[in-house]
Amino acid sequence: MTVGIVIVSHSAALAAGVVELAGQMAPDVVIIAAGGDGDGGLGTDFEAVSEAVERAQSGDGVVLLYDLGSAKMVADLAVEMLGDPESAAVVDAPLVEGAVAGAVAAQAGADLDGVLSAAASALADQTEVDSETAGVTLLLTNETGLHARPASQVVQAIAGLDAQVTVRFGDRSADGRSVLALMGLGAAAGDRITVGATGPDAREALTRLENLVRGEFR
Amino acid sequence: MGCDARAVAAAVRAAAAVVTAHRDELVRLDQAIGDGDHGENLKRGFGFVVQALDESTPDTPGAVLKLVATTLISKVGGAAGPLYGTAFLRAATAVGDATELTPELVAKALRAALEGVVARGKAEVGDKTMVDALAPAAEVGSLAAAATAAERGAESTIPLVARKGRASYLGERAIGHQDPGARSTALVLRAFAEAAS
Ligand SMILES: Nc1ncnc2c1ncn2[C@@H]1O[C@H](COP(=O)(O)OP(=O)(O)O)[C@@H](O)[C@H]1O
Ligand SMILES: [Mg+2]
Repeated sequence: MTVGIVIVSHSAALAAGVVELAGQMAPDVVIIAAGGDGDGGLGTDFEAVSEAVERAQSGDGVVLLYDLGSAKMVADLAVEMLGDPESAAVVDAPLVEGAVAGAVAAQAGADLDGVLSAAASALADQTEVDSETAGVTLLLTNETGLHARPASQVVQAIAGLDAQVTVRFGDRSADGRSVLALMGLGAAAGDRITVGATGPDAREALTRLENLVRGEFR
Repeated sequence: MGCDARAVAAAVRAAAAVVTAHRDELVRLDQAIGDGDHGENLKRGFGFVVQALDESTPDTPGAVLKLVATTLISKVGGAAGPLYGTAFLRAATAVGDATELTPELVAKALRAALEGVVARGKAEVGDKTMVDALAPAAEVGSLAAAATAAERGAESTIPLVARKGRASYLGERAIGHQDPGARSTALVLRAFAEAAS
């Protein structure tokens, strides 16, 4: 099976349309629409979102995408209230591009983190202008999260590269070259951070940080 | 005055009545800077809460608050559902299994509610949201003082530009309007204060 995807939208028609579009490129991925207020009107429906997550769960994880801010709140709540909140995650991504990129990654067999990264960097990949822009979502599996030592390892890892690196956690972001700002994010073990980079060495910066995080900062 | 589960349920019913009476006002506020559903969202949500309380009143204040939370989360679409729901859920956890609410527990519950809303919506004071009403309310000692602080906080949203929620898409056009969620927060806290006095 693959990672499943849930589209949380205020509009049933919008959610269904995104599912149709993403599904075209990912025939084996379970993609479920959770749109509308449940009464035929605009809005979000917590119970419908929770059910959609259950249906999309095959054991490999579920990624939720959302349209407007309050849909994110409902999606976050639905994940928090799962028996195992680690089995699903909400991604901050453009809804349409993120759903398509996430679905394609899931179809190709990516795991939960892989689908999250694909969705999160969907827009970045399309808007490459004169410099490289890319992003990746990473799960902090080391014991201390982005505490002092790991934060300084991040700074060291990208030292000398020609890239502007931003680390996001929740809706806060920090410059990848500031130990203090990175620590200030408060990202702990089990949290997911999103690393974005622009500039000629953006890819190299991401590769180094990905290796660092996946290697648990050893 | 004992503040047991029955008293908390009565306060919640009082809040439901106030929200229902102010439905149109909240709709008008939300029409000015949002989509106009806030009054209806809350009226509907609290209507289901009263229905749930009619069916069975749980036997601790915390359990009553939890019932309010889960009902609002599942029945209210829009930002108010997860935000109010999280506030009541955190308040329920804060008061634990206590059979009576003391003033200390009420203060603790208010602080927990504020933390929950901030964790959920990531708004700060000055972003023109319900946080502008709830934050000053969580700093004071009594429910009556909290209601007054929330009313002032709600009024303080009038000259602001919104940085969270739907109203944030309006930019400067949000100036001059009171935030509907801040107003409803003040109404609910006033209803609680009056029920407790
Ligand atoms: N991120 C947020 N943090 C705190 N409060 C918020 C946030 N987003 C919206 N609100 C509050 O919700 C209110 C609007 O609620 P409602 O109209 O029921 O939902 P919607 O905006 O989804 O239509 C706003 O007036 C504001 O007080
Ligand atoms: Mg509204």
